[in-house]
Amino acid sequence: MDFNTTDEQTMLREMVSRYFADTYSFDNRMKTVHGGKGWNPAVWQTMAEELGILGAPFSEAHGGLGGGAIENMIVMEEIGRALVIEPYLPTVVIAGGALKATGGALADAVIPQIIAGKAVVAFAYAEPQGRYDLADLRTTAKADGAGFILSGHKSVVYAAPYATHLLVTARSGGSQRDQGGVSLFLIPATLPGITRRDYPTVDGAAASEIYFENVALGADMLVGAAGAALPLIEQIVDEATAAVCAEACGLTRVLHATTLDYAKQRKQFGKPISEFQSLQHRMVDMFMEVEQAVSITLMATLKLDTPERATAVSAAKSKVGKACKFVGQNAVQIHGGIGISNELAVGHYFKRSTMIESQFGSVDHHLRRYERLAIG
Amino acid sequence: MDLNFSAEDIAFRDEVRAFIKNQYPAHLNGKIEEGEELSKDDFLSWHRVLAAKGWIAPGWPVQYGGTGWNSVQRYIWSEETARADAIRLMPFGLSMVGPVIYTFGTPEQKAQHLPGILSGDVWWCQGYSEPGAGSDLANLRTKAERFTGDDGKEYYRVNGQKTWTTMAQHADWGFFLVRTDPTSKPQEGISFLLINMKTPGITVRPIITLGGEHEVNEVWLEDVIVPVENRIYDENKGWTCAKFLLAHERTGIAGVAASKRGVERIKTIAKAELDEGEPLLANPFFKRKVAELEVDLFALEFTELRTLAGESSGKGPGPESSLLKIKGTEIQQRITELALEAAGHYGAPYFRGFGEGDNEHPIGPDYTHRTAPTYFNMRKTSIYGGSNEIQRNIIAKMVLGL
Repeated sequence: MDFNTTDEQTMLREMVSRYFADTYSFDNRMKTVHGGKGWNPAVWQTMAEELGILGAPFSEAHGGLGGGAIENMIVMEEIGRALVIEPYLPTVVIAGGALKATGGALADAVIPQIIAGKAVVAFAYAEPQGRYDLADLRTTAKADGAGFILSGHKSVVYAAPYATHLLVTARSGGSQRDQGGVSLFLIPATLPGITRRDYPTVDGAAASEIYFENVALGADMLVGAAGAALPLIEQIVDEATAAVCAEACGLTRVLHATTLDYAKQRKQFGKPISEFQSLQHRMVDMFMEVEQAVSITLMATLKLDTPERATAVSAAKSKVGKACKFVGQNAVQIHGGIGISNELAVGHYFKRSTMIESQFGSVDHHLRRYERLAIG
Repeated sequence: MDLNFSAEDIAFRDEVRAFIKNQYPAHLNGKIEEGEELSKDDFLSWHRVLAAKGWIAPGWPVQYGGTGWNSVQRYIWSEETARADAIRLMPFGLSMVGPVIYTFGTPEQKAQHLPGILSGDVWWCQGYSEPGAGSDLANLRTKAERFTGDDGKEYYRVNGQKTWTTMAQHADWGFFLVRTDPTSKPQEGISFLLINMKTPGITVRPIITLGGEHEVNEVWLEDVIVPVENRIYDENKGWTCAKFLLAHERTGIAGVAASKRGVERIKTIAKAELDEGEPLLANPFFKRKVAELEVDLFALEFTELRTLAGESSGKGPGPESSLLKIKGTEIQQRITELALEAAGHYGAPYFRGFGEGDNEHPIGPDYTHRTAPTYFNMRKTSIYGGSNEIQRNIIAKMVLGL
């Protein structure tokens, strides 16, 4: 048992942290957000070429840094700290995770493109009726010769407006909520028959509704086995969930620190509001929520490659979701009126932390999943 | 970072497991599951087994009788003793005054007191709280006036009242905070005295708590004569020892391993108890409370492991341990709350325990007998050792810089 990071991991954190601190100021972020594209391609290229961090969790054989879940956790915490909107999560964590898990020609072709910043992937898994049930799919992939014909509607696909590839879940057999019959495809984003409705999200990113109309897919676009991909999808979504927990740790740390600073400066009744015990205790409770979120995220991350993965991830997400709400709401509360203006960073951290509460499943969803797995 | 135990760790765990299985006193089996009130002899019988093995003080430096275990081994030790439902020893000698003595004491004080703490021959109590000094501990009034005796030696004459003194009815010695300088600021005129509880002028009176237990006492001191050699560290510098002791006390206070066993017990009860014809554990509302408790316990466990990792890399127990105290005691209390809730009607019968020759079986299932007294008793945890509100003040000041 060892809780210390390696020298390489410490260096990775310092490098990513320094880069975002130097270049990813709140003003710069808001310029990108207001630019309407949903990301800054120049930032992405720097992350790929100068920092090399898009290769953090990939093997050296693929040109990566040879890391894994811990490296993703480190990068995602820093992404949370700087409120980064660029698509590390869907591209590196999710698509990268699926390709690492399945290997083969597709992985050999696409992972180096991801590392180089050339391939940007959006994860099209949610559907209007499905909520957080990964098997509740109406999108179909019907066998057609050696390939498949894809039809359906995917909801709120972050990064889709500018992605080069889509990672799509679809039903190639069985009925709407069956465990069997689910397939996963990595497809070019511009195939004939794909249409999108793009929009900004409340947390500063960009997403799309995606409609597939008889889109012809090659057999080489399959990730994992046809009709048997649900365990793989559950695995990558668990890895993604641990990653957003790490993002939330970075975010809530900033929310707490910003609130402390503000409370020390803001004067009412002739003294800084940080001297009022009711606010001191609230800020201590926020501190404890953040520390426990960090602890349980570490647990989930360290258990990603063990049989306890799903239990640990659902435990962590339920706890982190509560921390996001408590820390976010109280950060705004203690800032007072200025906390609800769109000008300060605190409000934008609050918006992202609020979206994380339900990303890949709400607190209730994960508690129910935890109960099924751990209590029965 | 790695969650797996090394081969050495696993060998150590197996050794610990076998030791407890073979050496844990048979007459203590079942006492923790049933939540029974423990006697001094109960504590001592396990204490002496550990002392004979050399495992009585895992946290102490080796030179004073510690085991030299690393933080992983100490974690394994607490996990395994909790898993076996072994009783937790009283902290007053081993976790409180012992570390103060080996940290601040003179060679003579160490030689006089440490062996008795390790062997269990000397039973200690803590004289801190007073009727007017609870959370505001520095407001304590018990005074110690210095004088030269007829024998030409220096003494203190101690007068005052202490309260909430746990197990003082059994104590041979006590460590006391007393005021030696009434003119300076509250924290600056306090000294740390070791007092033999058999000294004339000491009166111990029981306080019976909500569960019917006699754990705590009032202690009166009337013209109690104490040699100055019994003072630890400098005169008027006792607050330094007190702060050290409080931080030390808080690190073990999370009680993670014991709470894990507590949650297991709740699940066993809730599977046996019925609710509208189904096991109580199938009731979605009860199940949700158990799930949230388990999740919170994971978070606490990993917070403690992070703290231990920090300590092993050279950081001493700091004010962050207040977090462990707050969350650890909240969880301990929630466990007793759920056990009482699960007991249903049978939370109510008042079971006084088996007296001499009393073979009558108590009312209700065994697991319900002490749910209410334990619930009542455990309300103390968010009050003692610095109330949870005081712990928040400590974090606000020491960690957040407010």
